[in-house]
Amino acid sequence: MSAPFHILWLQSGGCGGCTMSLLCAEAPDLATTLAGAGIRILWHPTLSEETGAEAVALFARILAGEIPLDALCVEGALLRGPNGTGRFHILAGTDRPMLEWVRELAAVARHVVAVGTCAAYGGVTAAGVNPADACGLQYDGRRRGGALGVEFRARGGLPVVNVAGCPTHPNWVTETLMLLSAGLLAEPDLDVYGRPRFYADYLVHHGCPRNEYYEYKASAEKMSDLGCMMEHLGCLGTQAHADCNTRLWNGEGSCTRGGYACINCTAPEFEEPGHAFLDTPKIGGIPVGLPTDMPKAWFIALSSLAKAATPERLRRNATSDRVLTPPMVRDIKKR
Amino acid sequence: MSENTTRLVVGPFNRVEGDLEVRLDIADGAVRAAYVSSPLFRGFERILEGRDPRDALVIAPRICGICSVSQSHAAALALAELQGLAPTRNGRRATNLMVATENVADHLTHFHVFFMPDFARAAYAGRPWFGAVERGFKAARGHSVTRALATRASLLHVMGLLAGRWPHTLALQPGGVSRSADPRDQMRLLATLSAARAALEEHLFAGPLEEVEALSSVAELEAWAHGRGGDFALFLAIAADLGLDRLGRAYDRFLSYGAYPGDEGRLYRAGTFADGRPGPLQVEAITEDHSFARMEGREAPHAPFEGSTFPDAADETGYTWCKAPRLAGLPFETGALARQVVDGHPLARDLVAREGASVRARVVGRLLETARTLRVMAAWVRELEPAAPWCAQGELPAAGRAFGLTEAARGALGHWLVVEKGRIARYQIIAPTTWNFSPRDAAGVPGPLEAALVGAPVALGETTPVSVQHIVRAFDPCMVCTVH
Repeated sequence: MSAPFHILWLQSGGCGGCTMSLLCAEAPDLATTLAGAGIRILWHPTLSEETGAEAVALFARILAGEIPLDALCVEGALLRGPNGTGRFHILAGTDRPMLEWVRELAAVARHVVAVGTCAAYGGVTAAGVNPADACGLQYDGRRRGGALGVEFRARGGLPVVNVAGCPTHPNWVTETLMLLSAGLLAEPDLDVYGRPRFYADYLVHHGCPRNEYYEYKASAEKMSDLGCMMEHLGCLGTQAHADCNTRLWNGEGSCTRGGYACINCTAPEFEEPGHAFLDTPKIGGIPVGLPTDMPKAWFIALSSLAKAATPERLRRNATSDRVLTPPMVRDIKKR
Repeated sequence: MSENTTRLVVGPFNRVEGDLEVRLDIADGAVRAAYVSSPLFRGFERILEGRDPRDALVIAPRICGICSVSQSHAAALALAELQGLAPTRNGRRATNLMVATENVADHLTHFHVFFMPDFARAAYAGRPWFGAVERGFKAARGHSVTRALATRASLLHVMGLLAGRWPHTLALQPGGVSRSADPRDQMRLLATLSAARAALEEHLFAGPLEEVEALSSVAELEAWAHGRGGDFALFLAIAADLGLDRLGRAYDRFLSYGAYPGDEGRLYRAGTFADGRPGPLQVEAITEDHSFARMEGREAPHAPFEGSTFPDAADETGYTWCKAPRLAGLPFETGALARQVVDGHPLARDLVAREGASVRARVVGRLLETARTLRVMAAWVRELEPAAPWCAQGELPAAGRAFGLTEAARGALGHWLVVEKGRIARYQIIAPTTWNFSPRDAAGVPGPLEAALVGAPVALGETTPVSVQHIVRAFDPCMVCTVH
């Protein structure tokens, strides 16, 4: 058997939610998935036995090159504050900022993986006044740079792989690690924001069960309504890059299936939409954020046509919290 | 420090949620003083300021990936209070289901993934139970660890169905929930819950949930566990062998905001329990002291509506980013044991009467609550009324203040919200581990964990004393919530 693919997982300015989500991996579960792919966790803050001095000793051996590091996974934003010192996050027991640890470990890693939108771009930790001066590993919001800098390449040649999402789907993470370990993830497999295209080349809109409401512009007006949430409730599913509605979460879920807007959490700066998350900003009654690759005039023309043709069934159901009128059955006697 | 006192800095302290460092003064083979530090500051209260109040439902859950629903619930309650909105009955029940799902999932994660693996350390290789615990609980790969993670992942399908996903849902709203459930959904939820129940009754409790819930004293618990299989009994055998009933006692003052509101009060009562007596919850007596937090505002303790979060990196007396919450000036402990003690469960009351809030009592409290909560969740599913409304609508005022109190897995969680000109002017959060892992206050009184660690035995040459690890992890700290 070939040598195991070693990963080290560190957490910084985030919530730990990507790990909590990762532990939801099913069929097969996380341990089975990783073992089957020959992936070995050297240390993970949630899972490993080693604590305190034992963990620090392990980091030292990795830095000394005694243990090869195939992938450094970082979860959470990197904190540069206060005043550029990074001391808003000291790695406990070491009196050194996590920012320094991450830079040193990234330099010896074959691949560097940002797990979650915080580690990728800064995310919610960088929202508002950004009190901790948070940024991503290789992005500061939409701008390239971040904690490791524009020029950074891991030893294996790739820039930081951004498994963005808030949180990440468990299988976005495991599949990225498996592809890296199999040598099947190259630069063309990453999109313009460094996200693996196997999930970022899809839109949240794909497979959304509200698609029929979208087609006829039968819109939800308030939370718990069944209609399309694009017109009034802030849904960005037509623009958000992720396969949430074809892959599904925790069994049969997704945000839009849960009855609330997609807030485009795989995108840099999703945390600052410039308006309330659950509102759709409009100009002259037309939503500002339309599908990115559709001419505006066409969208408006099609929308008004669709609205005029909306079946009564959809019009009624769109503003209800359950189906009031089911789809009609074709006259069965005519078979 | 006297001459024979040595200092130990323990970190990174893993198998807790988030970042933790513990500084220990050790003399004569025991901890003499402990200083607990939260070494990560993000500033969520400041991030929330200036936003549309409804944005709290997006931002606040992202404080914490393990208590995400609880954070969401506290925010939704504060927003509901602000607009004088009562959730629909369906909304309240579905919310209870979601909060309970997260709490039970977190209890399972804590026991199997965070806490028990310490007993599978090589240091315990000579103990009679070591073989069993090594097979079951070796970190990340023991069969009980992986099996519990599978049960947890399956249980969280409740969130997939009702809330779209976990963590970080927007399904909890001030007026109820964003997704209705139909009778088919009820059947699916019942299937998910009964699978979780079957798994726990087989492997964790080795007996029906009702039997666990009916235990009314330590003597009954020990008799029930005697000769029984299952991981709960295994823990009790370890606890007896290592004297975990004599380890980790703090102040024995307990706080619970009460959990799971129903038509006739809450499933778990709100209040306090101190000096052996129950007391009412006095929210207005809650303050935060910044004396040893690296925060401005050290001159006096602050009521949360007047609180602030301005980090002071130059501060040399502060040793943590965590503030020191006090109730009527005193530190209180919160969590599953506190909830069960305040609620008056006889086993929890007997445990604290006999041994105080020991390592054993905290863990038993959590497993007792797991059994109690999981049992009622199925009843809540049956009480959902598909044809009744799910989400009430309201209108936010341009100005006002309100708070929302809930119980996360780790205990009492409160959000205090002030709105001016339609925007969040102030947002203060006191999380469960802020209470439990509080630093000292102006009077020099240590927080609950700091008190609980005093007297913990330290063997010669230990760099990360295993007794300290048991005590720390028995609290099930959530450090990302602590400072936020």
